[in-house]
Amino acid sequence: MSEQQFPAAPQAPQDPAPRGQDSTSLADGEWHRMHPLTPLFKGGLALIVIAGIVVANMRDRVIAWMVDIFSPESHYGDYTGGDPVDWVLQNNLILIVLGSVLALVIVLILIFWFIWRFQQFRITGDHVEVRKGIIFRSHRRAPLDRVQGVNLTRPFPARIIGLAKLEVVGAGNDANVELEYLATGRAESVRSSILRLASGARAARQSAADPASGNPAAPASVRAQLVGSMNDGVTGLIEGVDLEDVAPESVVKIPAGRLVGSQVISGLIWLVFFGVIFAIAIGSAAIGILSDGDPEGGVVLLGIGLGMGIPFVIAAVGITWAQISKSLRYSIAPTPDGVRITYGLFTTVTETLPPGRIFAVEVSQSLLWRPFGWWTIKINRMSGKSISQQQSGSAQQFNIVLPVGKRADVERVLGLILPDVPAGEIPFIWEHGVLGPVEGDPYRTMPRRAWWRRPFSWKRHGFMVTDFGLLLRRGIVWRKLAVFPLARLQGVSLNQGPIDRMQLVSGAQVHTAPGPITGTLSGLERDDALSLLDGVSRAAAAAAMRDTTHRWSEHAAAAQPAAQPAPPAQPAPPTAYPAAPDQVAPAWPTAPPVGQPVWPAPPAPPTGQPAWPAPPVSRPAPPAPPAPPAPPITPPPAAPAGPPAPPTAPPVAPPQAPPAAPTTDPQAPPAAPPATRRSSRPVTPPTED
Amino acid sequence: MTQNPETSPLNPAEGTDLPALDQGTYTALRTSKREGRLELDGVWHQISPRYVVSQFVQNAIFLAVVVAAAVVLNIVLGQDWVWIPAGVIILITLITLIILPRQARALGYMLRADDIVFRKGILWQRMIAVPYGRMQLVDITQGPLDRAFGVSQLKMVTAAATTGVQIPGLTQPAAEALRDTLIEVAENRRTGL
Repeated sequence: MSEQQFPAAPQAPQDPAPRGQDSTSLADGEWHRMHPLTPLFKGGLALIVIAGIVVANMRDRVIAWMVDIFSPESHYGDYTGGDPVDWVLQNNLILIVLGSVLALVIVLILIFWFIWRFQQFRITGDHVEVRKGIIFRSHRRAPLDRVQGVNLTRPFPARIIGLAKLEVVGAGNDANVELEYLATGRAESVRSSILRLASGARAARQSAADPASGNPAAPASVRAQLVGSMNDGVTGLIEGVDLEDVAPESVVKIPAGRLVGSQVISGLIWLVFFGVIFAIAIGSAAIGILSDGDPEGGVVLLGIGLGMGIPFVIAAVGITWAQISKSLRYSIAPTPDGVRITYGLFTTVTETLPPGRIFAVEVSQSLLWRPFGWWTIKINRMSGKSISQQQSGSAQQFNIVLPVGKRADVERVLGLILPDVPAGEIPFIWEHGVLGPVEGDPYRTMPRRAWWRRPFSWKRHGFMVTDFGLLLRRGIVWRKLAVFPLARLQGVSLNQGPIDRMQLVSGAQVHTAPGPITGTLSGLERDDALSLLDGVSRAAAAAAMRDTTHRWSEHAAAAQPAAQPAPPAQPAPPTAYPAAPDQVAPAWPTAPPVGQPVWPAPPAPPTGQPAWPAPPVSRPAPPAPPAPPAPPITPPPAAPAGPPAPPTAPPVAPPQAPPAAPTTDPQAPPAAPPATRRSSRPVTPPTED
Repeated sequence: MTQNPETSPLNPAEGTDLPALDQGTYTALRTSKREGRLELDGVWHQISPRYVVSQFVQNAIFLAVVVAAAVVLNIVLGQDWVWIPAGVIILITLITLIILPRQARALGYMLRADDIVFRKGILWQRMIAVPYGRMQLVDITQGPLDRAFGVSQLKMVTAAATTGVQIPGLTQPAAEALRDTLIEVAENRRTGL
C-alpha cells in the first residue's frame, strides 16, 4: 500500500527572509560561480585519498607503533624500518616534513580554489553553459529543449554541509552538464529554472531575457551562503528532501519494511546461488576425503567451509545492503515539469523527468515476489552518461522508477510516467497485459506450433498495438509487461531464420533507447509480424504528430483537454486520498476561507490566478523548496474542502494538469510554487460548489 | 495479405532526385523461395553490382597481405604454426566472398509513407522499419577503393543503438539523393528524439 505521507517540511516553515541567497534567480543569463565551499570540499576529498594512500603504504609502520604503545615489551616481528619515516626521525627533520605537508595542503587548496574561480555556469533562455579549466579550458553548452532530465545528487559528505550536485541530462554519450557543487537551495532553484525554460513557458523565457525583471536579488555574501547551506544540510538530513513543493497527496512512497523485505527476498537468490556453489565444493571435498580415509579430513573440511562460506555470506549481504540503502526513502511525485523521483538513505538522488523523456516502461515481477503481490517498474531513458559510467550500479539505479510496489502503486506510477495512456486503459493493461492472458485476450501471441521457443510462456508471449504505445507481454515465471510509447519508438525489425520460415513464424524486435528493457519477441505468426512492421511506423508517425512534449508547457494550453488523463481508477486511492485531506485540514486552522469560494471551477486556472492571496507575488523566487513559506500554504484549504466529496469522485489529482500552469501564469519565476499548488488542486473534486 | 493500402510509397514530391536511386543497380531482388518468407509489397530499391566487385578487390588485397605475412613468418622465422591462423582467416574470407554476390542481391530498401524499410539476408532474413522522424543523422562513408568504384555506404543513426541500418554499395548519386530525401522528410516529421 502506498502511503500518502505528509512531508514534514511544511509544518516546520522557515523564515524565508534570512536566506536571501535562495531568492536569487540564477537563470538570468549571467555567469555564476559554484558554491564557495566547493574547493574545500573537493580538496578535502583529495586529501583523504592521499592520506589513504600514505596509510596503506605505512601499514607495517603503523602496526609497529601500535604494538609498541600497547605492549612495549614485545617486539613486533623484526621490524627494521628502512622507510622514509625512519630516515626522517633519525635526521631530526620532523619540522621540515610537517612544514612541507602543510605547504602541500595549502597548494592543494589553492589549486582547487583556482579551479573554482575559473568554473562558471550560465543559464540563458535557450542554453545551459559551463566553462571551466585554467590551462585546458572547456566550454560546454547544452540546448535546453533537448534536456532529458535534471538530477540533483547529494553525496553523503556534501549533504552534511548542504551542498548538492546538479546534473542536466542530455541525450547522447557523455552529454551531461554537471554543476558541482551548489548550495541545495540554489541547486533546486536552478533546477526549476532550467525545467521551466526547457518547458517553453513563454513567460519564463521573457524573464530570462530580461534579467532586471523581478529579480533584484543581489548575490548573497559568501558567509551567508556558508551558514545557510550548513543549516539546510542538517535540516535535510533529518527530514526528507525535495518534497516541499509537491502536492503531498500525489506522492507515492514505499514503506521501508516492504522495501527491505523485497530486497532481502531478492538477496535470497544470491544466497541460494552461493549456497549451491558452496554445497558442491564441500560435497566434492568430502567425497575426496572419505575415499582417501584421511584422518585430518575434518579440519580440511572446516577450513574449506569457513574459507568459502564467510566470503559468500559477506557478498550476499553486501549486495543486498547496497540495494536497500540506495532505494530507501523512495518517493515519486508529479510536478508541473515532470515526474520527480527521490531515493537514497545517505546519498540522496532526486531525478526530474520531464514528460516524454521515457522511451520504454516495464512492469515486472519475479517468482519470489509473487506471493506478496510486489512489482517493480523500470524505464529506458537517456542517461547522458559516458559508456563506462553507464555500466556502474548507480547508473542502473537511474532506470528504476518504482523499486517495489503493489498493484495500486504500480497503477499510479504508470499514470504518472505515461501521461498519454488514458486512465480507463490502465486496469485493462493490468488485466490483460500484466496478469493475462485472460478471456478475450487482445494480444497477438505465439501460435501453438511455435511453442518450443518459449515452452512455458508461449501462451502469454505476444504484443498489442494501441494508439499510445506498443505493449509487449512476456514471461510467465518472471512476468513482464513492457510499454513502448509510440512517439518515442525508434524502429521495428523482423528477423526470420530457416526454421522460422518453415513454421511460418518470425521474430521481432522493437528498437528504443538503450536501457534495461529490450524489445525482442520470438515465434510470432508471420502475418502478425508483418502487420506489426506495417502498422507501428504509421502509428508512430501519428503519435509523433500529436506529441507535444518537446516543449511541454508551450502546448499545454492547447493540449489541456487531451492531456488531462484522469488518473488511474485504482481501488486503493479512494481510501488513501480522503485520508490526506483529513491530515491536511488541521494543519491550517487559520486558513482564510477566501481561498475556497474563489475556485468554483478547477479546470480554469487562469480565473484562479488573480484570486490568489498575495504570496505568489510577494515572494520573488519561491522555487527554492527549502523555504516552504507559511503564507503560500494557505491556498491548499481547497484540499480540505474536498473531504466530503472524495467518495463521489475519489481518485483524482491528475498530475498532468500542471503542465498547463506555467503558460497561464503571468509572472514567471514565482510561477513554480503557485503552479505546484495548483497541481494539488485537482484533488478537490469539482463538486465543490 | 499483409498489405495495407495505406502503405503507399513516399510522395515523389518529397524526394529530391528519386530516379537516381534506381540507376545502375540490380533489378531483381533475391529472396528465399519458400512460402513462409517475409514479404512486403512495394518497390525495393537495390544496390549497385559494383559493390560486389569492390568487395572482391578489397578482399583479394586482404588475402594477399595475409598470405604474404604468413609466408614471411614461415620462411624467415621458420614458424610453421602461422599457417593455422592464416588458413582459418583465408577460409572465412573465401566463404564470405562466395556468398557475397547472393547477399548483395538480397539487400534492399523501400521508402514508404512514414518510414524507410531496409532488408537483407536470404537464409536469415532481417527487415527493419525506421520512422523518418526518428533519424538523428545520416552518414555517408566511402573508402579509397569504394571511391574508385563509385560506391558508398549510407548509415542511419537513431537514438537506439540497435537499429543499425547501414546500406552498403549505393552509387554516389543514389547515396546523395537518398540522404537528401531522408533529411528533407525527417525535417518535416521531426519531434525531439
